[in-house]
Amino acid sequence: MPPDATAVAMPAGAGEIEASRGAAQAAVVRKDQPPANDPGITRDQELVEAARRRRILIKILPWLVITGLIIVWQCAVYLFDIPQFVLPAPTVIAHSIVTWWVPIIDNASQTLMTTLIGFALANILGLTLGVVVGSSVLVYYGLYPLLIAFNSIPKVAVVPILVIWFGIGTTPAIVTSFLISFFPITVNVAAGIATVEPELRDVLRALGAHPLNIVRKVGLPRSMPYYFASLKIAITSSFLGSILAETVAGQKGIGHLMIVASSRFEVPLVFAGLIVTAVMSVTMYTIATIIEGRTTGWATRSQNDMGASSGN
Amino acid sequence: MERPFVEIDHVWMRYGGSGGTLALRDATLSVQKEEFVAVVGPSGCGKSTLMRLVTGLWPASSGSVIVAGKEVDRPLSIAGMAFQNPTLLPWRSVLNNVMLPLEVVKPHSSRLRRERPAYEDQARELLELVGLKGFEKKNPWQLSGGMQQRASLCRALIHQPDLLMLDEPFAALDVFTREDLWGVLQNVWMKRKPTVILVTHDLREAIFLADRILVMTSRPGRIMIERTVELPRPRTPEMTYSPYFQTLVQELRGYIDEARRGEEVAHAA
Repeated sequence: MPPDATAVAMPAGAGEIEASRGAAQAAVVRKDQPPANDPGITRDQELVEAARRRRILIKILPWLVITGLIIVWQCAVYLFDIPQFVLPAPTVIAHSIVTWWVPIIDNASQTLMTTLIGFALANILGLTLGVVVGSSVLVYYGLYPLLIAFNSIPKVAVVPILVIWFGIGTTPAIVTSFLISFFPITVNVAAGIATVEPELRDVLRALGAHPLNIVRKVGLPRSMPYYFASLKIAITSSFLGSILAETVAGQKGIGHLMIVASSRFEVPLVFAGLIVTAVMSVTMYTIATIIEGRTTGWATRSQNDMGASSGN
Repeated sequence: MERPFVEIDHVWMRYGGSGGTLALRDATLSVQKEEFVAVVGPSGCGKSTLMRLVTGLWPASSGSVIVAGKEVDRPLSIAGMAFQNPTLLPWRSVLNNVMLPLEVVKPHSSRLRRERPAYEDQARELLELVGLKGFEKKNPWQLSGGMQQRASLCRALIHQPDLLMLDEPFAALDVFTREDLWGVLQNVWMKRKPTVILVTHDLREAIFLADRILVMTSRPGRIMIERTVELPRPRTPEMTYSPYFQTLVQELRGYIDEARRGEEVAHAA
């Protein structure tokens, strides 16, 4: 394309600047003419509509899956003629829930109570311990092996000891729920604090900031997404702990209800207990997720604030 | 001549006890008050170590580090620092990120509550100086990399430090943004006149910004060459195409190559 190809091929020496500038101009083709018309609008609306449909689908997808599973389950039970004491049909379980709703509510509220108390204690200890372990290298090395060892003990083995100490009833359930759920909280909070960027730490240390101040201003807020992520694990394991203790040594609670029902071959009631537990667990999980979104939205901004950042 | 603001005198720095890595070997340099000094050298030559010694983050193994007439034995609150990674806190607005140092450094931390509006005005003024007016309420992740680095610069300057330590602050930015920020930094320096030590591996950056360039040898680092830059201020992007500038780049490049060859010889021996 350049009319004078030799001039372009030999760029300027010190004395040839003017000549080369002329040649360079010939080599430049401006391509920034405004477009004749804009055919993009209709396409845009289609894309927006498709994105909206996708969001709706994502919202209802879990419900579709659950409904589908129940239908398959129901059909399978009838099709293969599975006996009720092996796998009761969803309709039978629903019937059982309606029939036994008074004891179910009674026992479920007991389980919810012990779980929440244990979970609250786990939060207090988990946060405190996590901050200490995460901010001090010495404490980390001193305490971590013990924590790992403690966490790997099967909690079902601990329940009999708890019964010896506290007797049968509410206390072992609370303690088991606590023991099983404080560990993930501790580990996560510690990880959040320990992984503060070294440069940021240097910036603040160079200013003469006290280590505690760095933890308060940077470490703690930074560990909050880790903390909430751990809450989702901790709340479900907390239920696990309570129900475990109730099945081994309880007089009340969903775990106890299921043990009694299974000893009487009331299998639909056992399944009813499982389902009520699942519902409580999912509810608590959802609450944790909502709190997480409200308080640490900055950590998940990439999904919902693309529009805000693309402006810059 | 008045006493230098920063004096590093025969400093040795060895990490991890007597068998550890020797990062600095008998390094000696001085920086005058309000001077802009750039430190360049092959990678791993102990440039960042130098920064940490001057700010008191680490003690020297031997030799003395004197800043503002006093032996450095603990972190100095008279220094501001910025790094390649802007490390802004994502849960704070840009304005509150810039004000973070005030919350931890004395005497500002105790005054901050009473005199918050006055301090906020200072922060806004700084943000305007680096071209971030109107972005005070934004969150850091809504800013481009160059803007985040501008905010990081403000954070380093908010407590009006006498000494500004910059460790490859523009290394992660694209060339156009980087050259913009050279102008920003020069502007800030000419207005506020802090003493600046800029660690960089970009020779053009060093020449554009510094009054004096120190070339370090490869690890264990020492100051090999001191080179004064005789370009008038304010320096402009056009100057980077001048023969003086180009020749200086080549000259410095020669020193760096020499330093790296020294390293190869040391490895072969």
